[in-house]
Amino acid sequence: MQQLETLTREARALANGGVVPGTAEAEVARQLQICNACRYCEGFCAVFPAMTRRLEFGQADIHYLANLCHNCGACLHACQYAPPHEFGVNVPQAMARVRLQTYADFAWPPALGRLYQRNGLTLSLAVAGALAFFLLLTLVLTDKLFRVPTEVNFYTLFPHQLLVALFAPVFLYAVLALALGVRRFWREVTPGTGAPGAAVGEAVHDALRLKYLDGGHGEGCNNADDGWTLWRRRFHHATFYGFLLCFAATSVATLYHYLAGWAAPYDLPSVPKLLGVVGGIALLVGTAGLFWLNLRRHPQHGDAAQKPMDRGFIALLFFTSLTGLALWLARGTAGMPATLAAHLGVVMALFLTLPYGKFAHGIFRSAALLKWAIEKRLPSKLKLGDE
Amino acid sequence: MIDVLVIGGGNAALCAALMAREAGASVLLLEAAPREWRGGNSGHTRNLRCMHAAPQDVLMDAYPEEEFWQDLLKVTGGQTNEHLARLVIRASSTCRDWMRQHGVRFQPPLSGTLSLSRTNAFFMGGGKALVNAYYRSAEKLGVQIRYESPVDRLDIQDGQFKAAYVGGERIEARTCVLAAGGFESNRGWLREAWGQNADGEWPADNFLIRGTRFNQGVLIRHMTEQGADMIGDPTQSHCVAIDARAPLYDGGIVTRIDCVSLGVVVNNQAQRFYDEGEDFWPKRYAIWGRLVAQQPGQMAYSIIDAKAVGRFMPPVFPGVKADSLPELAQKLGLEPAAFMQTLNSYNAACRVGSFDHTVLDDCHTEGVTPAKTHWARPLDTAPFYGYALKPGITFTYLGLKVNDQAAVHFKGQPSDNLFVAGEMMAGNVLGKGYTAGVGMSIGTAFGRIAGTQAAKAAMKAAKNLEKQRAAA
Repeated sequence: MQQLETLTREARALANGGVVPGTAEAEVARQLQICNACRYCEGFCAVFPAMTRRLEFGQADIHYLANLCHNCGACLHACQYAPPHEFGVNVPQAMARVRLQTYADFAWPPALGRLYQRNGLTLSLAVAGALAFFLLLTLVLTDKLFRVPTEVNFYTLFPHQLLVALFAPVFLYAVLALALGVRRFWREVTPGTGAPGAAVGEAVHDALRLKYLDGGHGEGCNNADDGWTLWRRRFHHATFYGFLLCFAATSVATLYHYLAGWAAPYDLPSVPKLLGVVGGIALLVGTAGLFWLNLRRHPQHGDAAQKPMDRGFIALLFFTSLTGLALWLARGTAGMPATLAAHLGVVMALFLTLPYGKFAHGIFRSAALLKWAIEKRLPSKLKLGDE
Repeated sequence: MIDVLVIGGGNAALCAALMAREAGASVLLLEAAPREWRGGNSGHTRNLRCMHAAPQDVLMDAYPEEEFWQDLLKVTGGQTNEHLARLVIRASSTCRDWMRQHGVRFQPPLSGTLSLSRTNAFFMGGGKALVNAYYRSAEKLGVQIRYESPVDRLDIQDGQFKAAYVGGERIEARTCVLAAGGFESNRGWLREAWGQNADGEWPADNFLIRGTRFNQGVLIRHMTEQGADMIGDPTQSHCVAIDARAPLYDGGIVTRIDCVSLGVVVNNQAQRFYDEGEDFWPKRYAIWGRLVAQQPGQMAYSIIDAKAVGRFMPPVFPGVKADSLPELAQKLGLEPAAFMQTLNSYNAACRVGSFDHTVLDDCHTEGVTPAKTHWARPLDTAPFYGYALKPGITFTYLGLKVNDQAAVHFKGQPSDNLFVAGEMMAGNVLGKGYTAGVGMSIGTAFGRIAGTQAAKAAMKAAKNLEKQRAAA
């Protein structure tokens, strides 16, 4: 009977867009009710100004706010209600738990959202599988993993067409899966509003600059303690822009291949090589830095259960870059076939897990930033006396 | 030997420690609380009242000295010391650069606080962020900090500080700054101060403490016994009506209930007892603690209807909700018949003109006692909400008398090496009443003065000692 009542209550809550008691969303709703009566943290980021536009927090509001939260930690250290206070307010942690759930719930196809539950395992299996695949493929195609290739051209090992046939569908699938996921998220949190150009511009700006890792005062966010650091932002920039440069290197190379008919490998000072080397080194430094910061992170920041996902993704990016740079150095040596197989394996694992790993945070957060940029331009519906 | 011993760990103590350290003194700070509860009531604050002649970063327009002084004169009803008050006011206009140097950051006024945008500079992240910044700066500068070190008595000889005792441990220092807060967390003392009412109740037993549990007033009592000159009335305290479900300590700002002026307030006999619409809420919230304390059981109930929702700062706990007034009475544990009689006569007495919560509007009652003079609209739109209220003590006024050098006095004579700052002496400037942010203005001004004076006195003592040694 008890169970039936609980089920009925939950069903009613869901039907009303409310939150189900006992869930991660309910915990966020509880904490935001406290925050909304306090508001001291309004200057730190967008989450709190967005919160003050609401009196109640339904499912959609919470999904949106959780993804707007950058987990910078400022509000935790500033909170007069943080543990050991009996109110137990830890917004970054409560938000992180919901955030993971949104990645899983909005994943496409929905069944694969489960891959988030043990994401460290997902990533490990993807890497192991992709590595084995390419090592075997190398063996099949060339008999030996270690031999000096006759030409400094890796298309002699893996024909270009084969690589395109393997990577293009996986990459396009990743883009499609992420797009469908974020579309569903967007429809939930933003029922039928258009996006003015200025709002889009602001959201892009905020995402690309990581505005909300600046602490609101420009001096950075928290990592190990209540002191501020700009290093999280800097290492994230190195990671993100390094990744983009590597991606640009590949894109330019593709254009060279198809439009100009220039075949790889490209040497310095060619554009793909320059982009790749600079991007690769930035990615290496950025991910190493993020990993180091992650190890030193304050234990109450975020959700400790998500460390495997975070660190796994960081490691995957690190090894993408490391194997890429190693491949450059290994060219013309006996180590080249194995290095190439390793690089292709890691990149394949990265692509395969893009829609089911930490990468999703960038997509969902950008969507949340866009919603905030739209919302802040609308007049508030509340009239709280003193305003 | 340590030059300057600072007893306390909130804003005033930290200001004193930082100033003394900057002046070159060695400083030991003793905080009674463990690290996670450090900072006393400062952790619950959010701004500083600042005099300024022209717009300044987060402050709009101007807030001249005279206006600040008049505001203070008004809220204290003259129970202030003009010389010390003006000292605080002037200091408030210049302290913020120093605060920034030590890591405090300011932000524009929070939503819902537009009325303070001219007079008050808000700390980014609130008082706990300020306290964190000061502790970081103090550690960096080499101030020694000890947590869980409550001082229970001092060794004072002829008005001279000799040592402090933490349990059995004797800590000597050349000079000392007392900044250990008021006595508002000491329930026994509050009980004694408020006494028994005509119904035989001990009203203070039903009070909640809005701030820290560590302000036990141990040193206020000790200094009284040591014959220090005192100031302020122990039965007076800043007292606000807060949500009755608030925790016993550290409920802070979120427990306030801001819908009083939008509805009616009844006591546990379901009777109204004061004009809910007398003036704007920011000007009236501070009298409601005492009003509730005077009701039987020290309880009251703020009642609103659906028309008020979204017009006041959201409270931390959801209100008790009902689809009808009798149902609400029942849910709140009030006698439905008496409640309905009160509500019906109030509703019938409402003369609704044009409701406007941003001005003293013309909606009022006629023929009901007490009257509601503004924003009076019948409570007739379901759902109805009720919030139980209790008195919440913010701080007490009893403290030590000081001069403009923050010196503790014995029989009218200032001590050479014992100083006091913050809540322990705020009563010199704020004998009663309150205006937002002025506690932090007093704490910052006198904390800095006390630190400077303590460092100076310590250096002088060290030099004298050297001279004596050289002579011998």
